[in-house]
Amino acid sequence: MAEVMRALIPVRAGLACRELSVGYGSRTVLEGVSLDVRAACWTAVVGPNGCGKSTLLRALAGLMAPRQGTISLQGRQLTSWSRRERARRLAWLAQTATATDLTAAEVVSLGRFAHCGWLAHRTAEDAAAMRRAMLATGSLPWARRRLSTLSGGERQRVHLARMLAVEASVLVLDEPTTHLDPPHQEDVARLLRQQAHECGVCVLSAIHDLSLALMADRLIVLGDGGVIGHGTVRDALNHDWLSKAFQTSVNIVDYDGVHLWRPQLEMTSNG
Amino acid sequence: MTALPVPAIGAGALDADGGESARFLGWVAVCLAITLVITCGSLVVGTSSIRTSLHWLLSPDAQSSVILWQIRFPRTVGAWFAGALLGMAGAVAQGVFRNPLAEPYLLGTASGAALGVTISLMAADASMSGLAWAGQIGVTGAACVGACVAIALTITLSRGMLQTAGLLLAGIVVAFLLSAVTSLLLLTQPETWRAMQAFLLGSTGFLSWSSVILLGVVFLLCIVPATLLSRGLDALTLGEDTAQSLGLSLPALRLALLGVLSLATAAVVGQVGIVGFVGLVAPHLVRQTLTVNHRQLLIAAPLCGGALLQAADLVSRWIVRPTELPVGAVTACVGGSYLIVLLWRRSRDG
Repeated sequence: MAEVMRALIPVRAGLACRELSVGYGSRTVLEGVSLDVRAACWTAVVGPNGCGKSTLLRALAGLMAPRQGTISLQGRQLTSWSRRERARRLAWLAQTATATDLTAAEVVSLGRFAHCGWLAHRTAEDAAAMRRAMLATGSLPWARRRLSTLSGGERQRVHLARMLAVEASVLVLDEPTTHLDPPHQEDVARLLRQQAHECGVCVLSAIHDLSLALMADRLIVLGDGGVIGHGTVRDALNHDWLSKAFQTSVNIVDYDGVHLWRPQLEMTSNG
Repeated sequence: MTALPVPAIGAGALDADGGESARFLGWVAVCLAITLVITCGSLVVGTSSIRTSLHWLLSPDAQSSVILWQIRFPRTVGAWFAGALLGMAGAVAQGVFRNPLAEPYLLGTASGAALGVTISLMAADASMSGLAWAGQIGVTGAACVGACVAIALTITLSRGMLQTAGLLLAGIVVAFLLSAVTSLLLLTQPETWRAMQAFLLGSTGFLSWSSVILLGVVFLLCIVPATLLSRGLDALTLGEDTAQSLGLSLPALRLALLGVLSLATAAVVGQVGIVGFVGLVAPHLVRQTLTVNHRQLLIAAPLCGGALLQAADLVSRWIVRPTELPVGAVTACVGGSYLIVLLWRRSRDG
């Protein structure tokens, strides 16, 4: 019966975890976290430095083994996917845009690794995916340049193209807007929203910039003790999760329906 | 991103640049040409004068054909294979450890091989049964065993292969420990120390046809898996998390590549001793002049390493005729000065 149900109802959950505990060595970073990250939705993870944003993303992307709990990708245990199948469905973007001596085109072609395998037999479909990804991120002009000769922002866009080239249904991004100037941050945010809304992709990203994070559909707010709250941006503002997470008053203003973080530079009593 | 002007670049932009692949082919051709010239040249360079050698070549007698075809020719062919293995091992080491200064000996192989040779030489001196034992496995066998023991120690010490940093540290520790043991043993036996010098400095003088066959087989055994795994090395340059997210199993990849690295270094150390700098410099030379992925690097670096060691071998035979310099001293001088130039240029360019 369950099999029939699964076949009839399209799976809407991109990523989910139940009672997840993760840590490094003797230090437990997060404990008892349960989340559902929806498909066709852009979810941003926010929280203070060192609260475990990257750790949560790494665990959900299957890059580190959880201490306890389960993670599921598209309704199936993350560990039950084969390595190649998982890599086709879940793409990862690391926080640091590594400089390598490979050309931008080679880096993007690595995004097709799970599709073409060790011998790198590139089909027309692979080439089309690479081209689409590089066009979408504006990195096509540097296709033949070594990554080590590009600026930090340009490099980041090549890595973004590499991740898009996977054409995965779940994207996990750790700080995708670092190194980027404001117009390109805007481009990335637009791209993430477009991926979620038009392509039905489950997008999960840690974002440092609060104003940018508030552009997302849903927020996961992390604090010192774990998840403060998980819901729509409206929920987050209504319950003042951000202030709780950062343990100081976080001033969000509504500007024509757009939520912006307003730094408070005046001396305040709770400063 | 709509805000950006989309340049009119055809689908061909994604493929390798025509000019770049022509440069690569040109590079390969130059290396092969140098190898060919040196191989021919090395037939006429030795303790006797060039005129005598030429005379031997044109009208060979029994004795001269032995010198030419059983001594000089296998020596230069063997030097090529040894250099090629070192160049390949260097490229693999720099890829696995994600460090441009990594070199083939960093798993402790060199110190392990030195200790193996020391023990076998001492055993040969000590007793008749020791001599018989040492004669059986030979200096090269002892070096090979020593190198393998060092690698096993390094891997055990770093507890598997989870972290490259741990592996690097373990390699350094093992190298120091084994060198200390070697030095202690040599202190008690000054005569062995003299015999060890040739080995420690590296020498192509022991190469015979059997060593050429051995090095050739090992080269094939290493280059095939290394080239097949080259995409994994490419992926590793993007960082370990990213490589893993692309669907690679990092422990399996590392195990296979370290296997290749160990086999290549152990074989080379066994045949020519500790020849430094070729493994470090060959991949650098390639990357300085070409934009390559690891598949191309694993073709170009062995060609470059082979030509380098052959050239060094020729120089070591030529420069202080009628005696010889240890080839390792030549590679150290050339490689060392190249690195200094590289560093100087880097600091000048900021």
